[in-house]
This record gives sequence, C-alpha cells and structure tokens, in this order.
Amino acid sequence: MGNLWFLLVALMLTVYVVLDGFDLGAGIIHLFVAKTDEERRLVLRSIGPVWDGNEVWLLATGGTLYFAFPALYAASFSGFYLPLMIVLWLLILRGISIEFRSHVDEPTWAVFWDAVFGFSSLLLAVFYGAALGNVVRGVPLDAQGRFFEPLWTNFRLGPDTGILDWYTILVGVFALLVLTLHGALWVALKTENVLNQRSRQAARAAWWGVAAFTVIVTLFTFRVQPQVGVSLAAHPWGYIFPAFALAGLLGMAWFLKQKNDARAFFSSCAYIVGMLASVALGLYPYLLPASTDPAFALTVENSQAQPYGLRIGLIWWLIGMAFAIAYSVYTYRSFAGKVRPSSEEGY
Amino acid sequence: MAFSAPFSKTRNSPPSLKLRYYVPSAARRCSGIQENQSLQDALIVHRLHFAFTITFHYIFPQLTMGLALLILILKSIALRSGNEEYNRAARFWAKIFGVSFAIGVVTGIPMEFQFGTNWAEFSKSAGGVIGQTLALEGVYSFFLESTFLGLFLFGEKRLGPRGHWVTSLMMFLGSWLSGYFIVATNAWMQHPAGYTVDSHGNFQLADFWALLLNPWGLWEYAHTMIGATLTGCFTMAAVGAFYLLAHKHEEYGRIFLKLGVTAGVIAAILQLFPFGDGQGRMIAKYQPATLAAMEGLFHTRDGAPLIILGQPDMEKQRLDNPMEFPWMLSFLTYRAWTAQIKGMDEFPPQDLPDNIPLLYYSYHVMVGLGTIFIAVFVIAAWQLWRGALYRSRAVLWALMLCLPFPYIANTAGWITAEMGRQPWLIYGLMRTNVGFSRQVSAGNAWFTLIGFMGLYTVLGILFLFLVYREIDHGPGPRPLRAGGSSSFGSGGAE
Repeated sequence: MGNLWFLLVALMLTVYVVLDGFDLGAGIIHLFVAKTDEERRLVLRSIGPVWDGNEVWLLATGGTLYFAFPALYAASFSGFYLPLMIVLWLLILRGISIEFRSHVDEPTWAVFWDAVFGFSSLLLAVFYGAALGNVVRGVPLDAQGRFFEPLWTNFRLGPDTGILDWYTILVGVFALLVLTLHGALWVALKTENVLNQRSRQAARAAWWGVAAFTVIVTLFTFRVQPQVGVSLAAHPWGYIFPAFALAGLLGMAWFLKQKNDARAFFSSCAYIVGMLASVALGLYPYLLPASTDPAFALTVENSQAQPYGLRIGLIWWLIGMAFAIAYSVYTYRSFAGKVRPSSEEGY
Repeated sequence: MAFSAPFSKTRNSPPSLKLRYYVPSAARRCSGIQENQSLQDALIVHRLHFAFTITFHYIFPQLTMGLALLILILKSIALRSGNEEYNRAARFWAKIFGVSFAIGVVTGIPMEFQFGTNWAEFSKSAGGVIGQTLALEGVYSFFLESTFLGLFLFGEKRLGPRGHWVTSLMMFLGSWLSGYFIVATNAWMQHPAGYTVDSHGNFQLADFWALLLNPWGLWEYAHTMIGATLTGCFTMAAVGAFYLLAHKHEEYGRIFLKLGVTAGVIAAILQLFPFGDGQGRMIAKYQPATLAAMEGLFHTRDGAPLIILGQPDMEKQRLDNPMEFPWMLSFLTYRAWTAQIKGMDEFPPQDLPDNIPLLYYSYHVMVGLGTIFIAVFVIAAWQLWRGALYRSRAVLWALMLCLPFPYIANTAGWITAEMGRQPWLIYGLMRTNVGFSRQVSAGNAWFTLIGFMGLYTVLGILFLFLVYREIDHGPGPRPLRAGGSSSFGSGGAE
C-alpha cells in the first residue's frame, strides 16, 4: 500500500511540475520576451485561466503526502523550514502580482507587478530545484527522523550541510533552465508573431543550457548520491525513464527546428516526466535519504500511515482525481488555441 | 479555509537550552508536566506564528464564503426575474469576491504548510488522521474552486445566464465544502473521533465517517458558516447603507440593503439558536473545564448565573464588579434553572486553559456582538418590512458602522475555540507544549513571523485599496479602457 502511495505522490508531484512549471517559466521569460504592456498582458493571458489550477496540484500533493506519509511530511517540512517559508512568500507575491496587475489602469502599477511576477517566478524555480537537490543529496537526519538545515553553511557537502551547497545550487540553476525552456515553449505555443518568435529564440538559447546541465548534473548526482546508481542497477527496466527524458530533450531540439511549437512543448513535458521519474526510481525505497547514517533515512516502510487510512484514502482519492482531471480537461479544451489581443479577458 | 491552531500565551522564560532528542511518548504527552522552560520560548513563537497567520487569513474566507451565498441568491433572482440590476449587483460583488478570494488563497497556502513546518511533532503523530481531511480539501474543493473561479469572474458572456448561474453555484459549493473539511480538521482536535493509537504512539485513522461526521464538527460547521454569512450580510448591507447615505448608486444600495438585511436577520437569529446554543452545549458536554473558564465561573454552583460583565481576577479567584443574569447559565446549559455547573475549582490547574482572561474576554466579545447583531438586524428588517428603511438615517448609519463587528466576532469566536482547547493540542490526547517542531529554533520562527507580518501588512493595505476602488466605482457600467481590452471582469467580457 505504501509503495502504491509513493507512486501516486510522485505522480502528483510530476503533474505539478509539468503544469505549474510552464506558468513559472512564462513568468521567468515574461520580462524578456514581452516588452510592451499589450505583450505582457498576452503572456499573462496565456496562463491566466490555468495557473491557479496548476498550483492546486501543489496543495493536493502536500495534503496527500501529509496523510500517506505523516513522518516524512513532518520531518521534511520542519527540516526545510526556511526555504519552504521563502517559497510561501514567493507564492504569495506571485499570486497577487498576477491577480492584481489588471486592477488599476496605470503603467507604473503594471510595471511594478510585472517585476514582482518575474522575480518571484525565477526564485521559485531556483528554490524548487535546490529542494530537489537536497532530497537527492540527503539531509542530516537524526535517530528520531529530525533534521534542520540553515540556508547555507560552507557550501560544501558533508555532515553539516545547508540548503544551498554547490550541488544544490547547481540543481537550482538546472531547474531554472528547465522551467525557462518549458515556459518559453508554452508561450511560443500560445502566442503569435513577435512574441512567438522571441519565445522560440529564448527556448533555443535555454535548450543548450539544459542539455549541458543535464550531463553535468547527472554525472554529479551519481557521485553525490550513490544510491541512484544502485537503484537503477537493481531495476534495469528503469532505464526507460532516462531514455524517455533523452528522447524529450532531442525532440525539443528537433521540433524547435521544425517550428512545431506543440510537439516541442510536449517533448519538454516528456523530458520533465522522464527526469523526475528517474529521480524517484533512483531514490526508491528512500523517500528522504540521510547524509548522517543510512539507517536514519526515511523510507516508504517507516513513514507510511496505517493500511486502513491508506485504503480509505485510495477510494476518495480516485474519485476526487477523476473530478480534478475532468475539470482540467474542460479548462484546457476551452482554452485551446492562441491568445490574441482582440479577445477580451481578465488580464 | 480556516485552519485551527494553538493560540498564543505569554510567559516569561529564561534563555534557551536545546533539548534535541526528545520523543513525545504517550505518557509524557498527557503528563501535563511543564517541561524545561527554555523550550517554552520556541513554543510561544510557534503559537504566535500560527495565531497571526490564521487570524489574518480568516479575514478573507469569511467574506468570500458569506458572499458566495449572497451572490448565488442575487444570481438566482436575476435568472428567475430577468432583472438586469440583480445581475449587475452580482457582478459588482463578484469583483470584491475576486480580490478577497485571491488573498484568501495566497494566505491559505501557508496554513497547510505550517502544520509541517511549525508543528512537526503534532503532524507526525496525527497526520494519519487529519492529513485525510486536509488532503480531501485539496482534492475536492481546491480543484473545483480554481476551475470555476475563472469562469465565474470572466465567463459570463461565453456561458450565458444559466451557465453563469451554475458557476456561482459551484463557487458556493466549493468554498463551503472547503470550510467543511477545515472545520472537520479542527473538530478532531477539539473532540477526537474515529482514531486509534498505533504501537509508536501515533494516531491513526480507524473510522473515516466518524472523522467526517464528528458531532462536534457538525455544530462547529454550522456555527462557523453562519458567522461567515453574517460577515457577508453586514458587508453588503453596509455598502448599501453607504450608497444611500452618500446618494450614490442608490438603486443598487437598495438591492444590497434588501438582501443584506433579510439574510442577515435570519442568520443572526439562527446564530443564537440553534447553532451558538448547540456549540455551547458541545463544550459543556466534552470540555467542561473550558466552559467554566470561558464563562468566568471560578466555583462550582447550583443555579449558576450568566456573566454579562466583570473582569476575572486570577489571583483572588473571583470576578470584579460582576453583572450577571441569575440561574441563566444553568438553564442554557442543561435546560434546568438549578442545575449544577462545574467551576474552575473542580479541575487541576494544569488541565485548565492557560490564558483564562483572554478566553473569557474573547468569548464575551463574541456573544456581546452577536446580541448586538440581532438587535440591529431586527430593527433594520422591521423598517424594511414597513418600507421605511431607505429613509431611516439612524438605522443606515448603524448598519454602515457595524461593518467591522462581524470580523471581530468571528475572530473572537475562533480565539474562544482555540484558547478554550488549551492546554491541549488534541483535546485530552496531546498537549500543545509537545506538538511544535523541536528543531526549529525560536530565532528562525521569529524570522519568518516577522516576514509574514510585513508581507501581510502590504496585503491588507492592497485589499483595502482595491475594495475601496470598487465600492467607489459602484456597480454601474463603466467605460472600457483604451486599447480595447477591458479591465478585471468588467461585464464578464471575453
């Protein structure tokens, strides 16, 4: 039962990154590809009806993690106290910058919220990446399954790590590049003319960064967390995930060249899914590895709630997810096609 | 989306000593022994952290939940009668709803996180139970709300009158469902049901329906939602009264008054009976120590009085200058004039709430304001029925000036619930002083508390600014902005 929930939580988190990832990415490139007020409103409208729903996946994932793996939720949320609080502040700033920008018809007001939107999206991507880096690297868990990391210590690996060390910063930059690319491809897909061209340009530039960092971060990951190599060797079928990611990476380059925005964007989705699935499998059965003593690590086995709650949860989770997917399909279908200046909507 | 949590308490504590490897065993959890004072330091900050963020957060959901109901009523009248003014009125409130909802959402996310960040020991013990209701909220309400909010705010032209009415129904269902899951979470902490204790001393779900249909939760939900409805009614009536007093947008002012006062008088009376009364009897039954403390009853008595005024003196164990209704408390609690009510002297001091004066005052503020609400709304409704409300300046002034009071009453009500639950985090099972995150120091908690204070000050100012603009513009049509694109939701254009 715990393994099933590990799969479901990983799935929800992946959906979150793929969906909210493109609107974070849109925020990252917003200031650079959109110059006029009209263009910026178009970028906002390209995510307008969906960004809020995308973010709900984070809350739903958090809630699911809470009841399925209470010990993991408690340990990781309190251990990552500082970066999570900063993430919360950024989510607040980002949410109101999108919602409030259009309330006042005054250029100064709009410029301010555009800057807040871009800045918060960028930092969120870095922090998400650093958080993932921390999970992969492992954290200094004690025998009671607790830890606390300051934002940084000496930027080195070892027993006394902070949230930011050279490895997690590397992963943070990597995440920034991946989401920039993902968002640029989304904006290219949803827009026309100059916005479309600038977004493709941004995507092409970001692609080289992503390709380079994929190699670098992957190599360092095998060194920093040997478990990844062990897990993959134990489940050779799992090589399908990195292969999937690689196909996505090459697909992006190919379809960018072909100027096929939709396929390029879906290749990026495939790349993200492949990378996250590789990480999830690479860590399994660990949920949160310990950098102190491997015995202190949080695993599926020692973190899960009891079977009754997990069984009941499965019933309502499946029903609820059917609803959620129906809503999402409806929203995305009615939002299909390019956003145009003539169509009036809220942003 | 109200969350529950321990509220603040003040106590002087010496500088800190870290106690790192602490395991809350079931025995310790219930022992009531005050631990190492140094830990109290961090405990206080964590309590303040939750108290501040939840109090600020709940300003917004109470308005959106209340307005969701009233907007649904406006939309229903418009749909049945075809009266366009009701549609415009609904659109106007939808804009204020949108601003309030946005702040409610962004300040709500920290609440879900804080269970883990600041209350890790509690989450580790109880996550198997209350994680269920929190996840249910995410999966069942948030997806619903996020899908229909956009359609509700911007989709009126595309969806047509019937389709748009459905979106207002969905917003009502989503926000009220969200409230249910949160109240069910709090109710479990107030009166745990449907759980077992596993071999590690953690709480695990044993009966899903007992968790969801906790009798405490049903009363608490009704009480909370009627409180939110009152906030919506007072806000609507106050804006209506302002429009009439200022001679602006008067045709809409009359609609707002009619609906705000009609719904308000029903809600205000229901809040006293049966809902407030039912909530009170839950407390009498399951939290007798809380009842004694909030009523200011120091000594056990037959035929206990209901205290109207008086300041509790904890040193002398008495109320100063008491003003009271004789026998009334016994009657209200047990429907018998001479029934015995247990006073605070019946309970060991470590099982009494840790800040009795604050509990006592917040409860009395809530009840006092609730009484004023009934008086104001009954008078206003009577004038409305006579056809004289729109001309009665005194009543209009009263309605307008009442605007802050429902917020204060709702906040005071939650302080009563949360201070009344003390010293327990989970009533009778886990004490507040063992529930916080051991490894998050007071310094780190202060850092983020100060951050939230700064950020929320900005949010509060923005909210007032944007809502003021909407009220100033009024519900009438307004010109499109240059460039051909309309601003936020004007006319629901698409």
